[in-house]
Amino acid sequence: MTVDQAPAGPPPGAPTPPAERPAAPPALRFLGGASGPVFVLLILIFAGIFTLNPSFAEPPSMMFFLRQAAPLIVLAIGQYLVIVSGEFDLSVGALVGAQVVIAAALIDGEEARTLPVLGVMLVFGLMVGLVNGLITTLLKVPSIITTLGTMLVLSGAIQLWTGGAPTGALSESFRVAGRFGIEDVPVLGQLPWALLILVAVALAALVLMRSSYGRTLVSVGDNETAAAFAGARVWLVRTGAFVLSALLATLAGVLIGGYAGVTAQVGDGLEFAAITAVVLGGVVLGGGRGTVVAAMAGALAVEGLFTLFNQLSLPSTIRPSVQGLIIIAAVAYAARQGSLPWQRTRPRAPRTVQPTRR
Amino acid sequence: MRSARTPLAAAAGLAAAALMLAACTTDAPTDTIDASPEESAAASEGDWFDQAEYDRQLAQRDIEPEGPADQPWLQAIEPEWVDTEEYAVEGGDHTVCFSNASVSNPWRVTGFITMQQQVAVYEESGDIGEFRVSDAGDDDNQQISDIQAFVESGDCAAIIISPSTTATLTPAVEAACDSGVPVIVFDRGVNTDCAVTFIHPIGGYAYGADAAEFLVDNLEPGSTVLALRILPGVDVLEHRWAAAQQIFGASELEVLGFEFTGGDAAQIRDTVEQYLQRGEVDGIWMDAGDGAVAAVEAFEDTGNPYPVFAGEDELGFLRKWEETGMTAIAPVYSNFQWRTPIVAAMRILDGEQVPSEWVLPQEPVTEETLPDYLERNADMPSLHYAQFGGEDLPGYPEAWQDR
Repeated sequence: MTVDQAPAGPPPGAPTPPAERPAAPPALRFLGGASGPVFVLLILIFAGIFTLNPSFAEPPSMMFFLRQAAPLIVLAIGQYLVIVSGEFDLSVGALVGAQVVIAAALIDGEEARTLPVLGVMLVFGLMVGLVNGLITTLLKVPSIITTLGTMLVLSGAIQLWTGGAPTGALSESFRVAGRFGIEDVPVLGQLPWALLILVAVALAALVLMRSSYGRTLVSVGDNETAAAFAGARVWLVRTGAFVLSALLATLAGVLIGGYAGVTAQVGDGLEFAAITAVVLGGVVLGGGRGTVVAAMAGALAVEGLFTLFNQLSLPSTIRPSVQGLIIIAAVAYAARQGSLPWQRTRPRAPRTVQPTRR
Repeated sequence: MRSARTPLAAAAGLAAAALMLAACTTDAPTDTIDASPEESAAASEGDWFDQAEYDRQLAQRDIEPEGPADQPWLQAIEPEWVDTEEYAVEGGDHTVCFSNASVSNPWRVTGFITMQQQVAVYEESGDIGEFRVSDAGDDDNQQISDIQAFVESGDCAAIIISPSTTATLTPAVEAACDSGVPVIVFDRGVNTDCAVTFIHPIGGYAYGADAAEFLVDNLEPGSTVLALRILPGVDVLEHRWAAAQQIFGASELEVLGFEFTGGDAAQIRDTVEQYLQRGEVDGIWMDAGDGAVAAVEAFEDTGNPYPVFAGEDELGFLRKWEETGMTAIAPVYSNFQWRTPIVAAMRILDGEQVPSEWVLPQEPVTEETLPDYLERNADMPSLHYAQFGGEDLPGYPEAWQDR
């Protein structure tokens, strides 16, 4: 997957098949463009952490860090799919919370119920994604409103159902994925299941973005009219992104529930953490540009940054403020992209037809 | 708390909203949220410390409460009895009204079930005809209008209020008092003593001191302690921490830091793992026990020895404590206080005396009393509080199990 998925200047009005920009050599492309800074930032953050606390660089510590970062990276992948197609998914935090609370209430500590309940969660995630996608695409409700509504509906419904606070308990086997791993691996110590799951999801996401679906998704985000002319079923493509986002949120719920157990606050604020990660990765809000690798790097950077703050003994209450600043700075930076002289080589696809999409 | 995923937060999306979200998400069962910004800003230091009140609460821990020992919800520490004859109403079938701040955390859910079961007893006996409840969902404005509605309806024989915050709710409580109906305030306080009785356990200083003293007594000098806090600016939580700071300050323990976690288990785990990465952690002090199990698991899963632990009487933690055999204490903010306002209302409507400030006992769960509390609550879910005090009520145990 290359850094730049944006269609390279097609003739006006023509369909824009997403083509990779032939120019710059990979190394330059890696550092150029909107996604470049995230990798530099990632290196700086980890250099900072390792300097402050060399023991963090030891493989077992890194394993713990990656296990803890896995849910956010999974969420960032889902959020990337939605954002690159030109939409938002604000419901993922509430969905994570809802899924964990549902799991605890339905499993209620009974091992035998683990698998059936995982099935229920999958179906529930699928439904939430479908509702988000169909309302956004068919009813033409802006996704920021659709998913905001879903977020409120979910948290309200869960509150109504549980009487205000979560009940029940997760089973031990439910918690394996988020909490445990393969023990006694040479060098690494414990190889967390969460990390293996994350690697599998990341590979699947890479393959997906290289597939025709992935390319269509990006071109829909870049210019939906053009994509529609090119034969893409825009509503179907976008609905697919919402469904995948909801399913990944479900997976993140399984990992977080496993990692920490059930409390009333599970999932709070995760939608913003995921969006922060994605924009930090240089993925452009409004769609059409940015890579899933950069989004994952963004999630790692966000987690790394919080670790760095902890190493610097900064209070954890600083996190929301920093998150807010990152969102603004990253979006501002991305907005400048292309307006700077040395970035002229990459024209945006002309938005000749102003779509009447909303 | 869950209601805190509000449109505001989503629409603004940025720091301010996220901070507010954190503020609304308090899981603190006990707290008088003080909205004044200066006070919140000054939260981390000693501004929350009131020496006289601190001394009073610490002393109250050792005072034998009046009343039946097997019914702690009827006991009172150094009560000043007041006459209530003016409120006496002939006959039964009273309409009792309850304005609840919220049921947004397991502690409040547990307490509210106990309260409803206590009401059922009086409904059975014909003393209560109707029990009207309004839930403000942690929203001050909502609670103010809830209280107004009770006053205006004119139906309430007594109004029970569990205020969501101190300063903001004070005028509403005063208005309720002015209507001539007996008012009962419990849990969090208000800045007026117009209520017939104000019911609460000893308080935050005693809670924080119980936890801190235990750590000092059970750790070698020079040991390290990590404090896990829910959020700043909430007075009862601040009192707990202020008391702990007094005690840690006079001890030879090293406080590594205090971290706000919002009571979120994932963040608690994350924080503890990071501290463990930086060095040894010998003791954990918590200002509320939410997510205590996640903190214990952080030690387990990173292969570190169990710390000396101060949690809360939530059953999940108590079970973990027994299972691991670690050195721990569970300070309590007595959940059984939810029964007392109903009993008080009945006494007041009968013209019997009640304490003007009804200070309930607040006895931590210790290693000695742990097996007893676990046995009594054996069939209860993990998010239940051991000192709920409802074992003798008719709905026991199903009412607390099926929630």
